[in-house]
Amino acid sequence: MNEAIKTEQSALLNFVLAEADDALILGQRLIEWCYSAPYLEEDLAISNVCLDYLGRANNFYEYASELDTRKRSADQLAMLRDSREFSNLLIHELPIGDFAFTMARQFVLDVFYVEYLAVLMDSTDDRIAGIAAKSAKECDYHLRRSREWILRLGDGTEESHTRLQNGLNELWGYIPELFMQSEAEKQLMAQGVCADRAALQPAWDACVNEVLEQATLTRPDVSWKVSGGREGIHTETHGYLLADMQFLQRAYPGQQW
Amino acid sequence: MNQKNILPLYEIFIRSKRGLDHKHVGSLHAENSEQALEYARDVYTRRSEGVSIWVVLASDITASQEEDASSFYDPSDDKPYRHAMHYVLPEPINNM
Repeated sequence: MNEAIKTEQSALLNFVLAEADDALILGQRLIEWCYSAPYLEEDLAISNVCLDYLGRANNFYEYASELDTRKRSADQLAMLRDSREFSNLLIHELPIGDFAFTMARQFVLDVFYVEYLAVLMDSTDDRIAGIAAKSAKECDYHLRRSREWILRLGDGTEESHTRLQNGLNELWGYIPELFMQSEAEKQLMAQGVCADRAALQPAWDACVNEVLEQATLTRPDVSWKVSGGREGIHTETHGYLLADMQFLQRAYPGQQW
Repeated sequence: MNQKNILPLYEIFIRSKRGLDHKHVGSLHAENSEQALEYARDVYTRRSEGVSIWVVLASDITASQEEDASSFYDPSDDKPYRHAMHYVLPEPINNM
């Protein structure tokens, strides 16, 4: 195999793994609400969203496994890599905080993913396009839900408004990373495999601004921003999340249902 | 949970296939009817049970009462001529 093809393959693998990691890590965060959501109906609803993310992660890991020259399985990719090998964007790994924070994150991500997946479903890579098309339908529903929660909490009581505004303020500096192209994505752009993240910003801004205004919330104006997820530089909580998630496979290697 | 934190109760009706009627499947609590519809989707159609959902505020339902049974239902017990049992149905009609 010549050098050029090798690089291209590993860029594709890196990209697919990053997509899988984003979905898995957010799914793992959402699962923390299972059995502890504010009430039963919301518990089921948020768990459904979580399962959509785990399903998306699984689809990308399966594809990554096929691309992997080390022949790791989807399960091994998810359960046997360490923090530095995970390339999820930081916003996905932030602790769930209170319900307002969880919904603030979900909303900004849902707006992003609705736009992002709509582009990714036209990927020249059929597998990626297929996964994106399936996820896009799920994401439309996620946004419908999180948007309602932003309006309800933002324009709700004084306490719900304050909590949601605080949530937005806390996560705002993690958002710019969503619109940054990774090295892998820069390489794959020319073949039309991935989406141009930066180009999604205007649509995201328009949607978010409209909903925040309707919910009587203030768009945070913060100068700080954090990145590094794609390079494996994570927040402190990432290791604890993996410890929880990977415990079984680490303690009982190869264990199956 | 104190009284003001209890969300209104909604009765949920699901139509499982086109052509069939909506059937009562259960109830849930929600802030308003839009949220009830979304929760009904998440609680009752997870396994592709439905193609259409109705949500009805439980307090909007007027129900017959147990103590009215004798005046409501008993009088029709001895009126067999109201049933269509004496008509012979054509073969193709099997759901009547």
